[in-house]
Amino acid sequence: MAIMGSSGSGKSTLLNILGMLDEADSGEYTLDGVPIKNLSETKAAIYRNKFLGFIFQSFNLINYKTALENVALPLYYQRMPRKERQVKALKYLEQVGLKEWSHHLPNELSGGQKQRVAIARAMVAEPKVLLADELTGALDSKTSYEVMDLIQKINDLGNTILVVTHEDDIAHMCKRIVYLKDGVIIKDEKVKQVKAAAYV
Amino acid sequence: MFSRDTWREIFISIRKNKLRTFLAGFTVAIGILIVVSLVGLTNGLSNTFSEAFGDDANNVFFIFPGKTTVPYKGYKSNRRIEFDNSDLADIEKNFENYLEYITPRISRGGVVSFKEESDNYTTRAVGPGHQFNEKTIMMKGRYINENDIKKKTKYAVIGRLVEQDLFGDENGLGKFIDISGSAFKVVGVYQDDGGDNEERLLYIPYTTRQLIEKNNDKIDQIVLGFKPEIGYTGSMIFEKQLNTFLRDKKVISPDDQNGLFIRNVADQLKQTQQFADVIAYIVSFFGIGTLIAGIIGISNIMVFVVKERTKEIGIRKALGATPASVITTILLESVFITTIAGYLGMLIGVVIMNSIGNSLKEDYFITNPYVNTGLAVTATIILILFGALAGYIPARKAARIKPIVALRDE
Repeated sequence: MAIMGSSGSGKSTLLNILGMLDEADSGEYTLDGVPIKNLSETKAAIYRNKFLGFIFQSFNLINYKTALENVALPLYYQRMPRKERQVKALKYLEQVGLKEWSHHLPNELSGGQKQRVAIARAMVAEPKVLLADELTGALDSKTSYEVMDLIQKINDLGNTILVVTHEDDIAHMCKRIVYLKDGVIIKDEKVKQVKAAAYV
Repeated sequence: MFSRDTWREIFISIRKNKLRTFLAGFTVAIGILIVVSLVGLTNGLSNTFSEAFGDDANNVFFIFPGKTTVPYKGYKSNRRIEFDNSDLADIEKNFENYLEYITPRISRGGVVSFKEESDNYTTRAVGPGHQFNEKTIMMKGRYINENDIKKKTKYAVIGRLVEQDLFGDENGLGKFIDISGSAFKVVGVYQDDGGDNEERLLYIPYTTRQLIEKNNDKIDQIVLGFKPEIGYTGSMIFEKQLNTFLRDKKVISPDDQNGLFIRNVADQLKQTQQFADVIAYIVSFFGIGTLIAGIIGISNIMVFVVKERTKEIGIRKALGATPASVITTILLESVFITTIAGYLGMLIGVVIMNSIGNSLKEDYFITNPYVNTGLAVTATIILILFGALAGYIPARKAARIKPIVALRDE
């Protein structure tokens, strides 16, 4: 699902509320049957870790950690033993096609590779929902399509993905587009998905 | 919280951020190093003071005759004052309650020889009481005794180094040595903590010296010990009374500065101690100041560290780090760095202080500086605690930052 709208339309705010990074002024938000309201910081952190995976425009990898360590970080906060963590992180890195880059630092990777590491990191905790904020904003078109191809494949595996974007072509690579204006949904339509693989 | 995983995270962070680690550690290490050095050097200074007095007794007066500068009761000025045996007896009689012992001291330099070995030494002619005011320690044989004084025996007690010089490895006890032309039998060998010069002296009975010097009864100076229980105040009263008594007997004007000198060791010691105390106060003031400066330095570094990590903290929070885990990681890291650095600084300081030893004694009056381990550890712990506190406040603030705010910051 894509969320579209011009600057200031509230799409990032919506994503932040969904991501429990921000509080809503009014309304209700229920995630997997759990009402998300007045959470303590600690509770919110645990829910974020369990239910949500974040993908950011600026990747937000920790630059002194290798790709593998970055991917394993959410599992560290689940107190998973180190060995298991690494096996699982490597599995997800392989899924995004970066197994042989696992011991490289983020600054040794290209933008597309960084974003793929970030996607692996978002998925490693097997969250209910992936939240992607302008995930192609810092990438050129070709790399954007490669990343979207990956996103579509993950979607086809049965994962819910929320993509915030203001690029039309990216939005149409999703199955449903929600248009926002001044914080209000003005249109919510199902669209015919454009396969990104066609452009790669 | 304290799992191996937490520590692994901390070590990775330390290893990957060498400059940050170095800055924080350096501040702490320098702070501790300076505090330890300050304390050590002060201790060294006070060692010098106590050494200057430590080897001699403190309850001692040295009385020297001088030359009058004021005409008094019909006597012209510029008259040389001399002590003799009757002065000893008079002091003994009049100040019995104060007195522990009294002894004259007549010092003469001259050649002392044994067989082929000879050298110049100072020979002091004294009474038995002299052993107490110098705290002379007998290694073998005995000191000058009352019998020697009475019979004017030609017995000598020699210093450890005199024995070494004249006899080499041989035992000097019982041998006859030549002191300025007279043969003396060595009846004792002593040692003294006052240094080499104090062990290059010879002691003979004062009556023997007087006999050699044309059988006179003159005395160079009088050394007396007062009873320690009269205390500092008592000693001051005693000094005053003794001064009046001697000036009266020797007909010296009470206003004459040069006719007679009494050196009260207890009084000098007291003044020196007061001086040392003042220095100690000044140094502790600077020490505390340095410690505070160190704490402020650490706080600055911590604020910088946390600021630098704001984005990383935001990422970690988005990935599910709880505020507690964020604070724990940052705090453990800073405490770890300050502990290691503080310990290193302390170690370096202690090693420097120990290696200085007596090398600064001559020029800077610093003898064997040392640092009380308890004090060094306390200072280190204080720095670590405040370092942790200084880290905690910005860390808590960082943990409260909403991830979006931290991440927006590009």
